[in-house]
Amino acid sequence: MVAWTDFERATIKDIFSKIDYEVVGPAAISRCLIVYPWTQRYFAGFGNLYNAAAITSNPKVAAHGKVVMQGLEKAVKNMDNIKATFTELSTLHSEKLQVDPDNFMLLGDCLAIVVAAQLGKDFTPEVHAAFQKFLAVVVSSLRRQYY
Amino acid sequence: MSLSAKDKETVKAFWAKVSGRAGDIGSDAVARMLTVYPQTKTYFSHWKDLSPGSAPVRKHGGIVVASITDAVNKIDDLAGSLLTLSELHAFTLRVDPANFKILAQNILVVLATMFPVDFTPEVHMALDKFLAALARALSEKYR
Repeated sequence: MVAWTDFERATIKDIFSKIDYEVVGPAAISRCLIVYPWTQRYFAGFGNLYNAAAITSNPKVAAHGKVVMQGLEKAVKNMDNIKATFTELSTLHSEKLQVDPDNFMLLGDCLAIVVAAQLGKDFTPEVHAAFQKFLAVVVSSLRRQYY
Repeated sequence: MSLSAKDKETVKAFWAKVSGRAGDIGSDAVARMLTVYPQTKTYFSHWKDLSPGSAPVRKHGGIVVASITDAVNKIDDLAGSLLTLSELHAFTLRVDPANFKILAQNILVVLATMFPVDFTPEVHMALDKFLAALARALSEKYR
């Protein structure tokens, strides 16, 4: 089980209460598809991903961004048991979607950057550290069911 | 994943925009690296104070960002211009090259906090590639 300090718990809940899922989710996914174009391999059915403009305006990409945020919210609501919360999601990504788990942190890095841009000065090193720890736990939980 | 002509233009243009705050960028990036990835503190056990905003952190941030500015100006020959720095990191400092990626990510986060509008996905990608190329050039002399 992960040990969260009071500061970390409060910070994670605070971040997720402040950010707009409709903005952050789509921005993070599209940034990931643009900055790390090999991740597009998992979204062949999404239509036009030809360039940055196409990716940013693609409605399927945006919709998927919101799905990801909803998944993360489950983790925020179950911070003491993220591993169990994500067992099914991990199996899905491993067996059905066949996503290389190294990609999870690529999306995580993009999410950190989008949240940093939203929060500006408020994304202090300490807040950043708490968020990075949360991302690491999420990624580790998603990697769990890969055999 | 080498730098295209467009990548180099993008990096130079963006860096020109932000270099006024170079000191803050460097200092914040180093502070973040030490706070968010505490394993990096192991390289600075000789510093009295590793907290964000401390004198050694600010000074080191300044050194790092000055080297980056220099690299931007010599973007067409990173390996050549970083030879001495590579020898320093390889033989004297012996920093595990995995840490270059960590510092790079922290630099990108700082840029996102300070320049949320200008740090577009395209700029992000060009800078990510540039910092990776920098890291490769820094690793040249390791073995």
